[in-house]
Amino acid sequence: MTALSSERPAAPYTLPPLGPNKKLKLPKEAERRLPNGLTVIAIRRPAVPLVELRLWVPFGRAHLARAVLLSQTLFSGTDTMSMVEIAAALQSVGGGLSAGVDPDRLLVSGNGLVTGLDRILELLAGVLTGAAYPNDEVATERERLADRIQVAQSQPAHLAREALLRRMYGSHPYATQTPEVEQVRAVRPAQLRALHAERVRPDEAILVLVGDVQPGKALDAAERALGGWEAGGRRLALPAAPPLSPGPLLVVDRPDAVQSSLRIALPAVGRTHPDHAALQLANLVFGGYFSSRWVENIREDKGYTYGPHSAVEHGVAGSALTVAAEVATEVTGPALLETVYELGRLASLPPKEDELEQARQYALGTLQLGMSTQAGLATVASTYAGFGLRLDYLAEHSARLAAATRDDVAAAAATYLAPSRAVAVVLGDAGRIEAPVAALTPVERQVSSA
Amino acid sequence: MARTIKIPATKYPVERFTLDNGLRVVLAPDRTAPVVGVAVVYDVGIRSEPQGRTGFAHLFEHLMFQGSENLEKLAHFRHVQGSGGTFNGSTHLDYTDYFETLPSNALERALFLEADRMRGPRLTEENLRNQVDVVKEEIRVNVLNRPYGGFPWLKLPPVMFDTFPNAHDGYGSFDDLESATVADAAEFFERYYAGGNAVLAVAGDLDVVAATELIERHFGDVPARPAPARPDFAEPDLSAERRESYPDRLAPLPAFAAAWRVPDPINAFDDYLPYVVLAEVLTDGDASRLVERLVLRDRTVTSIGAYLGFMGEPFAVRDPTALVMQAHLPPGGDVDKVLRAIDEELDRLASGGLTAGELARTQARMATHLLRETDAVLGRALQMAVLEQQRGEPGLLNELPRLVGAVTEEQVRAAAAALRPGRRATVEVIAGGAGR
Repeated sequence: MTALSSERPAAPYTLPPLGPNKKLKLPKEAERRLPNGLTVIAIRRPAVPLVELRLWVPFGRAHLARAVLLSQTLFSGTDTMSMVEIAAALQSVGGGLSAGVDPDRLLVSGNGLVTGLDRILELLAGVLTGAAYPNDEVATERERLADRIQVAQSQPAHLAREALLRRMYGSHPYATQTPEVEQVRAVRPAQLRALHAERVRPDEAILVLVGDVQPGKALDAAERALGGWEAGGRRLALPAAPPLSPGPLLVVDRPDAVQSSLRIALPAVGRTHPDHAALQLANLVFGGYFSSRWVENIREDKGYTYGPHSAVEHGVAGSALTVAAEVATEVTGPALLETVYELGRLASLPPKEDELEQARQYALGTLQLGMSTQAGLATVASTYAGFGLRLDYLAEHSARLAAATRDDVAAAAATYLAPSRAVAVVLGDAGRIEAPVAALTPVERQVSSA
Repeated sequence: MARTIKIPATKYPVERFTLDNGLRVVLAPDRTAPVVGVAVVYDVGIRSEPQGRTGFAHLFEHLMFQGSENLEKLAHFRHVQGSGGTFNGSTHLDYTDYFETLPSNALERALFLEADRMRGPRLTEENLRNQVDVVKEEIRVNVLNRPYGGFPWLKLPPVMFDTFPNAHDGYGSFDDLESATVADAAEFFERYYAGGNAVLAVAGDLDVVAATELIERHFGDVPARPAPARPDFAEPDLSAERRESYPDRLAPLPAFAAAWRVPDPINAFDDYLPYVVLAEVLTDGDASRLVERLVLRDRTVTSIGAYLGFMGEPFAVRDPTALVMQAHLPPGGDVDKVLRAIDEELDRLASGGLTAGELARTQARMATHLLRETDAVLGRALQMAVLEQQRGEPGLLNELPRLVGAVTEEQVRAAAAALRPGRRATVEVIAGGAGR
């Protein structure tokens, strides 16, 4: 044990002050746009001898079932390699790659030992330029996907989210983000090949590499591997998401549910909007972190719920603030009452100074935490890049968070958190929850679709 | 083509010391990012909770956030988050952890907060009743209101084990939770939450001398209480196959989980490690044995995964534990058929060995997974705290990729040969939720 005098602090048992704030330090990075249009961003974080990879390919307005199945079969073989050979070759350098889609983009994510970077990029290029969507493999993945969707449709969180998105977005592509089983079963391999040829193109794509790399050399490696990926993609921009249209609360029946899934959507603005920092702080004060009014109220005071949360969600076509809690069936009405109360309270009265400072510190601190791992940094950099931003946005956003006043936050709350602007859905045992909820707000009933 | 890649290692420096009150401390400085991870791990978990008090270790974890000697209810959360940090706690079979990640200028605050609750939480009737409600909602979210709730971590142990500590439901029954008292909580704290039963680990942006002084200052006067003797949780291996099933009214598709006992992860580490590698040979990725056979070729399962320990933490669990395999089946899938195919593949592996490059590529991918888990300061702090607590060897974290890489084909074959049907415990989910 190290021998040190252990003097008590002058005022024992009181909270120690914070040390001086460390300035946000951006990592070393380099960027290049290749002749085929691909933007490559390489960022150095040498903490562990690994590399993280994110490839963002714009995929707005792609056919939903085909896009989802494409993401699950992208690595299922090329003209020269089988699915198993690709997986084994990646593994040999400690690597792994997978793909996923949302209404904005196809995202390939992966990582591996940094000594395997060239090989991982080579294998990625092989798939991007030569994915074959073999009939057998597609048939297998199609059935797996159908099974997974069936499981998702038995999960209350998924069903509540689906109902909320439909209610929020109407006929916009954001309204439906999971295909139906029958739609998946109807997809043919030729349609995947056609979709790949049309949309899996470098023109507007962005590759982010983060890890124990020299950024300049990583750009060279990416250019060597992906310079031959042919341009010619079709860019289909999404229309702007429609504004929310408030109306009666939608009750979705899930007979015998022991909990109700409460979901509320409110308007929000994108990351570069002048109100964004104040809105983020208002969201934190309301329900965006544990030490918020709403969580302290419905969890720590009332015990209605375990993990309530609210967040500002950004899509390329629009942003929204979403509020989510799973509450015991018997307290569904009271939980809604407290939720609307806390929204209304913040929309009507400014936050207290100490509440704002606490939220501000949290927002600033978690920016630092989010950048402190290779994986976190890669995800942040890729997401920002997909929205046309770079890591220097973090510095600008930090400055705006630091400068936001109580008046700014009060104004943002009045604009965006007003319960009169909300779109609300509750999934639960309608027979038990409809009357208590209807006592608080007009409701309409949707019977579950199967 | 079997290129063999060199498996790299981390070199996190590790400092260890013990305070006069018995608290063990691990420091792992790394100044590449201005953040710190702080973890306090107590050597008590689900296996130690008393009969009639299922779920108590987890309920008590919640109570440790409800205020302490010098902190009101809610203060802990507000101080951590108001310093720009995040926090949580979790209850495991053999330990309970409490942790924060913060900008490094808040290190002293985190130490103060952890020391204060180590001196004693504020245990009140009101807070207890509130957290019983919260925990019941947690159980509803994770178990009762969703398909496959508690599968397999709550469903398989009672099939495999016979004694209360190993077999019981660690989330707890609502009856047991509701009958918990403040006196129970006080007794539990007195018995298990002793300085001598805890490890503090701090990783990240710290100076060893300054951090040591802060730790002395804040934890130095935590009263010395010895660690309780750890009971022996040993159970004999199975002598005959066990098989059970249960209906899940919300689950749309069948599933099963099977487990085989493995050597003592602590006292027979060299014998245990090949099973950790075997699990990945069997199910890590599309080129693994069982994924290739069952998912891609036979199409008898839609997914399959194997891992060590019921909570999937190979290096943070004590004996007795198991290699666990779980699989989801397509509609109308036949569990017996899948189990027979698994037995065939294990036989094939045991008798025929691995293909060229199969072991090396699995080990390379495992190295990536292990290194990736250590990149976050919190991951490092938590893992080092548990390695110190269970093995007195936090620096093992730096060695794991190399040790995994040194496991031989012979060892993997021997491990596969040991997974006989007669030693297997299986639980099957009977799907009751047709469609929605």
